[in-house]
Amino acid sequence: MSADKKSSEPLFSKKNKKLITDPLTDNNPVTIQVLGICSALAITVQVNQAIVMSMSVLFVIIMGNWIVSMLRNLIPSRIRIIVQLLVVASLVIIVDQVLAAFLPDLSAKLSVFVGLIITNCIIMGRLEAFAMANKPWPSILDGFGNGLGYGAILILVAVFRELFGSGTLMGFPIFGNALPGEESGLYAMGYQNNNLMILPPMALIIVGVIIWVQRSRNKALIEEH
Amino acid sequence: MESTLDIFVKAIFSENMIFAYFLGMCSYLAVSKTVKTAVGLGAAVIFVLTVTVPVNFLLENYVLKAGALEWLGAEYAELDLSFLSFIMYIAVVASIVQLVEMLVEKFAPALYGALGIFLPLIAVNCSILGGALFMQERQYSTILDATAFSLGSGIGWFIAIVAIAAIREKLRYSNVPGPLRGLGITFIVTGLMGMAFMSFMGIKYGEEAPSEDVETVTTMIDTNKENNIN
Repeated sequence: MSADKKSSEPLFSKKNKKLITDPLTDNNPVTIQVLGICSALAITVQVNQAIVMSMSVLFVIIMGNWIVSMLRNLIPSRIRIIVQLLVVASLVIIVDQVLAAFLPDLSAKLSVFVGLIITNCIIMGRLEAFAMANKPWPSILDGFGNGLGYGAILILVAVFRELFGSGTLMGFPIFGNALPGEESGLYAMGYQNNNLMILPPMALIIVGVIIWVQRSRNKALIEEH
Repeated sequence: MESTLDIFVKAIFSENMIFAYFLGMCSYLAVSKTVKTAVGLGAAVIFVLTVTVPVNFLLENYVLKAGALEWLGAEYAELDLSFLSFIMYIAVVASIVQLVEMLVEKFAPALYGALGIFLPLIAVNCSILGGALFMQERQYSTILDATAFSLGSGIGWFIAIVAIAAIREKLRYSNVPGPLRGLGITFIVTGLMGMAFMSFMGIKYGEEAPSEDVETVTTMIDTNKENNIN
């Protein structure tokens, strides 16, 4: 935290490493802090969409944390929310334009959810809770850790939904050919894809189960109603 | 073309903000512990959505869209400012929320007492920006359609948060397995509610004849597979 300590501190001190590893497990932004749920649920039908979404959020949160952290002493606290929103919105416009230029198909599928990164609570939450009070380098690490923690859940949910909903992973068939008339693999034995997995409610239930598993492994996280 | 009523009803039920698009989940989960606060936040969301979406609709159609600036003169007809839409929408939402807060405080102190603490929260509620972005993507033709969509979405959000708050109040007296308590069970209950809301799919109003329900759900699944939006 203190200004002069930074120069003597190694780049990846124990404290800094914790900033990255904590959000991956016991302080996960999605399952513990309950932030950024919207996109975590909506963009999880296919794994490659989930990966692109995680990369976009990772970029926005790292850059946003860095910029806001550098500006933190200049931003009047009365208008800090608007300033943060503007920083994030500009970064999201960059992401949106890059996606539209290089991955037009995916960008069309992600539709409004790229724009919704602006109001993704993870980003606003980290800016407000961490970047406004910390130096740039820890803020970058914090952004990186939280972005990864978010991405991990996103990809985990997407793996379940794509595998059991469409029988593929990243578009490659896993259970064999499902086309009627030329079934192979599991489908030849009468296996059917679970279409419910593709519909929105299943995303909620999968996240609920992930939270269940995580909290049974770590009793300290259990809530009192 | 869909009729205005169709848009309105769809926005409440089958395309519910919470159950079909997961928008505004953060406040949905955080502020749904008691019915009273849920009603307050839900009402504030209806209000802000119904005000901001039509304003953003005008902004989109008369400033941002390709060729929208034609009314300024022929030389502006080729401008396409749509890349600015995110920043404009969020600025509009944030300033309208501020404005509404001041107006309500001045002219309706009782309402301010009820909504007051929720209004600032709403500027960063995904469902508000989501409403504007869906309006942009779906290209509603008239401001009436856009308003019907925003009012319907707001009401859908209201129903969802009040319902989950009521369920959570009851859940407090049931014996939920430890690790599921709180967040976990709320997610699963929301999923089950979402399934119930999916059964509203296929209801059609207006000129189109209702198609077979089963067929509609299959088409919905197919379109989902194609678009993979949900």
